[in-house]
Amino acid sequence: MATVASPIAKSVAGGSFLIENRTPAEVFTPEDFSEEQRQIAETTSQFAANEVLPAADQLEAKNFEVTRSLLKKAGDLGLMAVDIPEEYGGLAMNKTTSAIVADRLSIYASFSVAFSAHVGIGTLPIVWYGTDEQKKKFLPKLATGEWIGAYALSEATSGSDAMNIRTRAELAADGKHYVLNGEKMWITNAGFADLFTVFAKIDGEKFSAFLIERGTPGLSIGAEEHKLGIRGSSTCPLILSDCKVPVENLLGEAGKGHHIAFNILNIGRFKLGAACLGGARNSLTNGIRYAKERKAFGKSIVDFGLVQEKIADSAIGVFVGESMAYRTVGMIDHALAAIEGDAAHSSREIQKRVEEYAVECSILKVWGSEMLDMVVDHMVQIYAGYGYVEEYPAERAYRDSRINRIFEGTNEINRLIITGWLMKRAMTGQLALMPAIAKLMEEVMAPPSFDDPNALDEPLVNEVGLLASAKKIALFTAGAASQKYMAALVDQQEVMGELADILIQVYSFESALLRAQKLSASSSTSAALAQAMVKVHAEHCFSAIETAARRVLAAVAEGDMLRTRLAIFRRLSKHTPVNTIELNRVVARAMIEAGRYSL
Amino acid sequence: MKILVCIKQVPQKDAPLKLNEAGTWIREDVSYEVNEPDAYALEEALRQKEKHGGEVVVITAGPTRSQQVLREALAKGADRAIHLEDDRFGALESTNTARAIAAAIEGEKFDLVVTGLQSDDYGAAQTGVLLAEILGWPHATIIIGIEKTDSGVHLKRELEAGHYQFIDMPLPAVLTIQSGINKLRYATLIGIKQAKMKPMRKVSYGEVEAKLSKNLQRIERLYVPVKQKKTEMLEGTPPEVAKKLVEHLRNTVRVI
Repeated sequence: MATVASPIAKSVAGGSFLIENRTPAEVFTPEDFSEEQRQIAETTSQFAANEVLPAADQLEAKNFEVTRSLLKKAGDLGLMAVDIPEEYGGLAMNKTTSAIVADRLSIYASFSVAFSAHVGIGTLPIVWYGTDEQKKKFLPKLATGEWIGAYALSEATSGSDAMNIRTRAELAADGKHYVLNGEKMWITNAGFADLFTVFAKIDGEKFSAFLIERGTPGLSIGAEEHKLGIRGSSTCPLILSDCKVPVENLLGEAGKGHHIAFNILNIGRFKLGAACLGGARNSLTNGIRYAKERKAFGKSIVDFGLVQEKIADSAIGVFVGESMAYRTVGMIDHALAAIEGDAAHSSREIQKRVEEYAVECSILKVWGSEMLDMVVDHMVQIYAGYGYVEEYPAERAYRDSRINRIFEGTNEINRLIITGWLMKRAMTGQLALMPAIAKLMEEVMAPPSFDDPNALDEPLVNEVGLLASAKKIALFTAGAASQKYMAALVDQQEVMGELADILIQVYSFESALLRAQKLSASSSTSAALAQAMVKVHAEHCFSAIETAARRVLAAVAEGDMLRTRLAIFRRLSKHTPVNTIELNRVVARAMIEAGRYSL
Repeated sequence: MKILVCIKQVPQKDAPLKLNEAGTWIREDVSYEVNEPDAYALEEALRQKEKHGGEVVVITAGPTRSQQVLREALAKGADRAIHLEDDRFGALESTNTARAIAAAIEGEKFDLVVTGLQSDDYGAAQTGVLLAEILGWPHATIIIGIEKTDSGVHLKRELEAGHYQFIDMPLPAVLTIQSGINKLRYATLIGIKQAKMKPMRKVSYGEVEAKLSKNLQRIERLYVPVKQKKTEMLEGTPPEVAKKLVEHLRNTVRVI
């Protein structure tokens, strides 16, 4: 499956980051990209900058002829063929490469959304669930962009609760067709797509997927939605009115459509995390350029500390996001590359391996989308008045970013998945969370240890210690919450959400720290910059974890129990803060000098 | 046509440059890219091959990192590559670089050698012309159009002030190409994938050393121009001041 061997040394269980320690050599980072991946990144970046961005005004005006011609050009370059097997006209490259393309292409969100919907939800269901005939018929056209795909699951009254769809399919009397009736909503690419993967319940019961070509009698496309952002993308309802679909267009097994609906989402989520990186880098470049040009009180506003702080914040967001995204996709590739023999082509095996990292994929989605929202907000602020008008790029980026917290599962749904999935694994013993919590309780009840963590010879020793404390607080808080609610924790959404935030922060902290440690071996400027970024990020994560933990602890106990826990919590969270103001200036200066995010 | 394209790896255009400690060149820890005029030379070679058939070979001289420009050229469609690989190649002056290239392609029998008209780092615009001299072939510079004819090539050269010159030249020949002559293609993903399989011949410093001579030039000092502000008041009546000003502009500052 994978064409490039992943350098990480061992396979890692999904969600294990909370209870196991990794070494820098065990994680994949952007520094590990192969020469081939670097070239693909370069081709993608050039295409986005030279072809897509100059057409942004036409795309924004919904000139879909231009969209289609750009999608075709992307197809000609091979950008749509990355995830498709070679025998169906694809390039069969690994998921890291696929994430790199999503990352580098995403400097104009509307096009990126059209592209991602096509290569992801528009194409992958056929790659994974199609029959040989279906693959032969559709994949070569989808690989080149001759045809564009779309995916129709949501309805007016069913979004995150996808199983509640009302669209029905009945087998026709001739046995050769299904007849579909219903209405789909929020269908990306609907205005110009050639092929739709449509979900419907056979006889109102069996949740199933169907491949429906544009022009099929009974399929009509509704009017374009008027959206807050990503206005250059197409979003319409689909109306199925006695739509006759040949039986050979049933995708996967009847009644098993939920496998398709849910498994595709994991891929969608890590790719969304990667796509947010491209958007953030581009916004940061714009912000730095403007801040250098704009004069106030006799100097460039880029010289002001509060502007530099926004630049540093954004740059750290990109650094940490890259660390998390490529670490995760590296683990997925490692797991996929380890599939042996014929199983390598088994879509069930592939999905099982991807699903292993469901928690990490959801973390990337939530963290990436919120990081991008933070960056575009900073950019509007740097542009100030000019950030609020359409003539400058900050305004569009600000509107475009917002959808990322909504699609591919809202961030609320994803937070519930993060905590719920880990708790489920803990309850079933698949992940040794409970023993880790028990061990921690023994440790915190014992007198303090005098092992000096500073004995480690390492520039980030303070952060290594802080991460260990962060993990302990996470276990301690999760333990307290599960002790109170047991399996009923799923009904306490606010607690689930706070726990998810703690987990997200731990994963982001650890990913960034491991990457910085790995970079310590490389050129001194990158290593020093990465260390500065991690130090700032560590402080930020730790305060966020403290706040969330305090809130959970107060919610799950009171009186003596609460007081005892808070005493333990204070011991776990004790640390001396570093000077993040100075470190932020160091980070900002490096970015300002480079004129963009640069490591 | 069998075409050789000489490509150089240079610091990225937007990279912040810092001087090395000796103040003789920039620090090496910058990002590098293909010299832009060379990218146009490669594009032109690929187009000629698509029209007339043949082979496109790319060559560079420099340290291991410079292999990147060859890989990129192979991904765009060049058939094979030659790498004069050694840190010492980076320190050669144009004459010796041309000698090294000539030695590395001995026996290859190219019909045409193309390269960018100058490099974006040193900007000497010498290597192509000197290579022609060493090979004993005709050359033409600042080319913005190449048409193959029965007897050789019909060329369009860019002159100053919007003038062009048209030349017919026999082959083999060396041409230096102006940027913007064509539209650069992207390396496709399939091209990038296939490039790994294409042959790359390594040539060591030792293999060509006998053909090189001592560098006659060296950079003594490299520095960022120092900003300075000097105000000089011209005294006298307005006609006198005007006369002094003209003299000054003509003889001291030399702008009129």
